[in-house]
Amino acid sequence: MTDLETFRSETRAWLEENCPASMRTPMRGDDDACWGGRKFKFASDDQKTWLDRMASRGWTVPTWPTEYGGGGLSKDEAKILAAEMRRIKARSPLTSFGIWMLGPALLKFGTHEQKLEHLPKIARGEIRWCQGYSEPNAGSDLASLATKAEDQGDHWIVNGQKVWTSYADQADWIFCLVRTDNTGTKHHGISFVLFDMESEGVSTKPIKLISGNSPFCETFFDDVKVLKSNLVGEENKGWTIAKYLLTHERTGISDMGMPTPLNMLAKDKLGTNEDGKLPESMLRHQIAEHEIDAASFVFTLERAKDEAKAGGDMGAFSSMLKYYGTELNKQRHELIVKTNGSDGLEWEGQYSNEGDIARSWLRTKANSIEGGTSEVQLNIISKRILDLPA
Amino acid sequence: MALILNEEQQLLKESADGFFAEKAPISQLRELRDSRSETGFSEALWNEMAEMGFAGLLVDEDNGGTDFGVMGAGIVAEAMGRTLSASPYLASGVISASVIKAAASDAQKANLLPAIASGEKIIALAIDENAHHRPESTALKATADGDGYVLSGMKTFVCDGHVADAYLVLARTSGAPGDTSGLSVFLVEKGAGGLIVDRTVMTDSRNWAKLTFEGVRVGADALVGPLDGAFDAIEPALDRARIIVAAELLGIAQECLDRTVEYLRERKQFGTVIGSFQGLQHRASHLFSEIEVTRSAVLKAMQAADTGGDVRWFASLAKAKACKTAELATNEAIQMHGGIGMTDEFDIGFFIKRARILQTFLGDFNYHADRFAACSSY
Ligand SMILES: Cc1cc2nc3c(=O)[nH]c(=O)nc-3n(C[C@H](O)[C@H](O)[C@H](O)COP(=O)(O)OP(=O)(O)OC[C@H]3O[C@@H](n4cnc5c(N)ncnc54)[C@H](O)[C@@H]3O)c2cc1C
Repeated sequence: MTDLETFRSETRAWLEENCPASMRTPMRGDDDACWGGRKFKFASDDQKTWLDRMASRGWTVPTWPTEYGGGGLSKDEAKILAAEMRRIKARSPLTSFGIWMLGPALLKFGTHEQKLEHLPKIARGEIRWCQGYSEPNAGSDLASLATKAEDQGDHWIVNGQKVWTSYADQADWIFCLVRTDNTGTKHHGISFVLFDMESEGVSTKPIKLISGNSPFCETFFDDVKVLKSNLVGEENKGWTIAKYLLTHERTGISDMGMPTPLNMLAKDKLGTNEDGKLPESMLRHQIAEHEIDAASFVFTLERAKDEAKAGGDMGAFSSMLKYYGTELNKQRHELIVKTNGSDGLEWEGQYSNEGDIARSWLRTKANSIEGGTSEVQLNIISKRILDLPA
Repeated sequence: MALILNEEQQLLKESADGFFAEKAPISQLRELRDSRSETGFSEALWNEMAEMGFAGLLVDEDNGGTDFGVMGAGIVAEAMGRTLSASPYLASGVISASVIKAAASDAQKANLLPAIASGEKIIALAIDENAHHRPESTALKATADGDGYVLSGMKTFVCDGHVADAYLVLARTSGAPGDTSGLSVFLVEKGAGGLIVDRTVMTDSRNWAKLTFEGVRVGADALVGPLDGAFDAIEPALDRARIIVAAELLGIAQECLDRTVEYLRERKQFGTVIGSFQGLQHRASHLFSEIEVTRSAVLKAMQAADTGGDVRWFASLAKAKACKTAELATNEAIQMHGGIGMTDEFDIGFFIKRARILQTFLGDFNYHADRFAACSSY
């Protein structure tokens, strides 16, 4: 047996033994996800057990170095672990902005001390992070951000406002873009800093979404003290880090995992004709067309990972993945609503699991806005890949 | 298996790209068309392709091939899509080689495959009988007669039909049109008594033909593969061909994008290059995205075909996706070139003409989307 085959059989056995049965059922939405953090209430003992067991092996972040709480796995091993988890339909033990956004940026730009301080807590789900990028006047034009950090020697005093800060009210720490210099171009003078959301002067105000949930907030900073040791990378040069983090955020948003094929949902709802086909032929056609795109896209994510593994630079390709993946997911939910007809538009009540289909559908509308809009992704492809003039 | 080209495949790609760009650029197809070439392809080119090993990519080494598999054959087809190089590659090296490999006896293989790989013999598959691809609707009759068969009926849309030295003919030996059982393949030589070959000039200026069989007599040894069992026997071969056609469509789409983007960078209107207009940038970027996603589907299908197992789902996925993307790419290319895109003197129009033929050939988007759904039982 090769090393990888051994790894596969050991992993399979370990997962078989350690993944609780209830953690092998599909998640019914964001509420079933394990976010971790100081304020998090576990939905069940199994959820906590599963997180702790995976974290003890570093498998919440399989490819991070072991000294920072990771599993130290090679990309090949990580691929096997992911496949084995998929095989038993294991839930992700931990969903976290720390893992898919901040972690990669710290690994690349952080100091050894910063990595030691923050990464293991992310890996174990002890500290939950939020992202302080957008401001009322800096959305797509993110680099025009104005939250001000005044130099006070060993620390800054931060004043300003962020908006659309996902889960700011539940997060423990924030990675935040602040302006430390406004004398140059807008891309210059941005710094990437980290601070505790319990710092004096931080307050949040939830905003309700069209889906009825309020997963994001306005976030206010009123004379917040931020130590200079919490600067990542160089002062005034945070834009590079911000962009690098965005490529990870975008790739993450684009990856919807392997959702249940629409044809299976449609068969459950509508049954089939004698010939085994879905009874509504136009819907069947739309579903087939969608599933062709979806399968092709899943293979594109696979190819992107393999190319990255072979040393290719993802760079602006993540914008393509983000654009395509999110538009696809929006279309998928449109088709789920169509498949369910009027049942899919119920907003409350037990039959619809409190309007789950409709609320999920509306939530997907944000996919092509959060992390940079579809239009912005197309701008990036034009400029960075197709080399078209601005 | 990683979803990227390995070193050997990368080298093949580079040599194919270079070869067709140099030896058979679009100007060659234009020249063949304008001179109303008898053969519709350059024999010198075809000989060189054979020397390069391109005619035998799907043929095993024992039979004189280079055995690069569907992956290799797709890589070369993609290169040909970029230059629209005309040759009997698809008919003989891809489709017939696959059918023979999948269905023929060892003796037939030893007889036919080396001749295909060396380019000596061009073999064409005669399958469709009406305007829509549907192998099971085959009506052309092969009736047992003495120790052989007599073939009567007609075939259309036969790729490289008028230059072929022999034909693999899908015929009905029992049952009725619509049945998947009762079909058989026969090898019919050019010049057989009662065989009438009419070249049909199609939009792509390539080689297509209608064949009429007026009581064409063949021997018992002309049967290729199981009697009455051809549908199942050749389906995997057709799927390999579909995947390779998808690769050619991918090459067409990519070339259309590349040429269009170059034009966007050069052409000026309103005092600036048109590539600075966001309306065009977004269309080009969307097309880029569709092509990348299509590339993954085609690559995955090529790998699946070489790995073995049931490839119906993969083939229909790749062909359907490539049809859709090539349609988008060829339409967008003309639109974004403006008036010049409509002129015959300009090359971009050649791509749409070839693309629609390949989209239709061996099943169009609707055929494959339907089959894709059927493969997943819905
Ligand atoms: C659910 C959700 C969660 C979010 N979470 C976070 C978070 O945790 N942290 C955070 O910092 N931010 C977060 N955001 C904010 C998100 O990043 C911004 O909403 C996004 O970048 C767009 O900015 P905007 O809302 O100001 O829209 P605008 O920039 O005002 O855009 C309005 C419209 O104009 C278009 N547009 C703008 N500029 C251009 C251009 N140059 N070319 C073409 N079209 C253009 C846009 O595409 C859009 O269609 C979240 C947003 C949502 C919806």
